[in-house]
Amino acid sequence: MSLLSVHDLELGFETPAGHVSAVNGISYTVEPGEIVAIVGESGSGKTVAAQAVLGLIPQPPGEITGGRVEFDGEDLLGFSEQQMRTIRGRRISMVFQEPMTSLNPVLSIGRQMTEAMRLHLGLTREAAEQRAVELLGLVGIADPGRRLRQYPHHLSGGMRQRVMIAIAIACEPVLIIADEPTTALDVTIQAQILALMQDLTRRLGVALVIITHNLGVVARYADRVNVMYAGRIVEQGRADSVYRRPGHPYTIGLLNSVPRLDRPRDVPIEPIPGSPPDPARLPPGCAFAPRCLHAVERCRSEVPPSISFEGGHTARCWQTAVTRPETAP
Amino acid sequence: MSKYLLRRLLGATVVMWAVATLVFFMLRAVPGDPFLAMVFDTGDPAAADEMRRAFGLDDPVYVQYFKYLLQVIQGNLGTSIYGSRVPVSTIIAESFPRTISLTVLAFTIAVTIAIPAGLISALYKYSALDHGVTFVAFLGLSMPDFWLAILLIITFAAGLGWLPAIGYAPLSSGFGTWLSHLIMPAIAIGTPFAAIIARMVRSSMLEVLKTEYIQVARSKGLMRWYILLQHAFPNALIPVITVMGIALALLMAGAVVVENVFAIKGLGRVLIQGILNRDYPVVQGAILVVSGIFVLSNLVVDVLYAAIDPRIRYE
Ligand SMILES: Nc1ncnc2c1ncn2[C@@H]1O[C@H](COP(=O)(O)OP(=O)(O)OP(=O)(O)O)[C@@H](O)[C@H]1O
Ligand SMILES: [Mg+2]
Repeated sequence: MSLLSVHDLELGFETPAGHVSAVNGISYTVEPGEIVAIVGESGSGKTVAAQAVLGLIPQPPGEITGGRVEFDGEDLLGFSEQQMRTIRGRRISMVFQEPMTSLNPVLSIGRQMTEAMRLHLGLTREAAEQRAVELLGLVGIADPGRRLRQYPHHLSGGMRQRVMIAIAIACEPVLIIADEPTTALDVTIQAQILALMQDLTRRLGVALVIITHNLGVVARYADRVNVMYAGRIVEQGRADSVYRRPGHPYTIGLLNSVPRLDRPRDVPIEPIPGSPPDPARLPPGCAFAPRCLHAVERCRSEVPPSISFEGGHTARCWQTAVTRPETAP
Repeated sequence: MSKYLLRRLLGATVVMWAVATLVFFMLRAVPGDPFLAMVFDTGDPAAADEMRRAFGLDDPVYVQYFKYLLQVIQGNLGTSIYGSRVPVSTIIAESFPRTISLTVLAFTIAVTIAIPAGLISALYKYSALDHGVTFVAFLGLSMPDFWLAILLIITFAAGLGWLPAIGYAPLSSGFGTWLSHLIMPAIAIGTPFAAIIARMVRSSMLEVLKTEYIQVARSKGLMRWYILLQHAFPNALIPVITVMGIALALLMAGAVVVENVFAIKGLGRVLIQGILNRDYPVVQGAILVVSGIFVLSNLVVDVLYAAIDPRIRYE
């Protein structure tokens, strides 16, 4: 049984401009201890899909209109708010995109680190502080005792994200969802933070869902990849397989738009032409068709099915269906 | 911090000097002569000249001004030019506690109503409760204090007879007695500020609830009330404190007006009588005290900021 399995999740928002379908039926699984990436451009619905898992979608204006989120065999979408609180921060924790705004400016680092431990693990203040010191050491922050008494504005962005990671692992969860944990950081710090997350989750046996728009990140750190476009997963498979033999034109476009080490330097980086569709007005067929160089008539009218290749690698593309016929059962 | 306080006190002194100077010259620019008015019955201008000399008011204005400044620096506010020539400091010592009692009570009532009201309407945004609070707030905002005062007197003093219509009782005569005299004027001047503060708390709270650190707090599985009170409220309070500082100062100004409706002999009464009588030393002294309170409340606000927001440190 998978640790987390998301089935046909659908959710949208009621806005003054009309209904926005942010997530249109996505399915993916996460096995214990595994690192799974969700990749996609801005606005593809990565954040809201992740927040739905923890029941953090503001309702209204948001609404989950279909699907299941099974965690450890239980359907989280059926959980009450009170039941969800026993999951959040305890069994599944989250690291957010913006370390500069994820910490409360008026509360000390110590307070923000210990509050969840005291609540979920029932630790005394002293015990929680003791553990906070250890955790700060674990995420590579020097002089942890002093840091606990400081406030977020005393810390750099990279250090704040380390603190957020320490908070995320504090209650020994089995799953961490990291929503673009490094996008807001300097390039050099990005690599450090990612390496830290990989190392910690491997060492502690925690599963990690890492959300990113950089497919390059995925190749280095993830076991499996889900590529999202306009609220759908258009390709999924093992990281090396997706990276070496991408099946969907969008994935190919994403790979060409990031610098790669395995290609000659003089191959130019090409951004994908055009921009993602307005989620309030999705086209009827494949949402990528208007930007796709290989699109044919059928792409514009029918949503392509999931085509399986070798090793559980799948893509939703009519053209790939023709050029790479199904190999898996 | 102490260096900062010193600098602020210096600034405060400059402000108060400016106020004192302005009042001094404005009073003298207003037509009217207190002494001529006093001797109006007897019609003896010589007696008026005599009194004018006794108060040094026959000196050139600039000489009067420097004499006055020198006096104030020594802590001497002069004496009333009327009747038994009571020292201004005595008049103020007698009236000031009444005004400050009224101001503080009005502020306390306003804040204790406004903060929960604002919190409730933020938490139950767009509910009937929120609309109710909003309606009452706008009602309170649109009522002038003197009018509300009269309404309260008609209802609770004249009509129901629950409260004394006018007058003041010191705290030493018992809390209940003190409160029964001040509650109506305090509500009269406090209501518009309660309305403003409630609206501020609501919008500030809604702003804070949208921030990422509140999402983070939720993702930690913390209790709803804990997130609201411990994570959101202190942040929401930061902009509200500025308004509360201004409210405190304006409440004092309101007290000065409403005292007259309730016949409370506070600073407002003293000030108005002083102006009508052209009693220069009394007016100058009273305004100096009021401006001192303004400056002080400003300072308290800034110190409170630092207490709530760790990002603010005064050097
Ligand atoms: N509270 C909301 N109200 C209305 N629409 C929303 C709301 N939150 C998200 N959306 C919409 O849902 C869609 C998906 O947003 P989401 O934040 O999940 O994208 P994302 O893939 O995480 O993008 P990014 O890389 O920029 O973080 C967007 O079109 C966005 O406008
Ligand atoms: Mg996002």
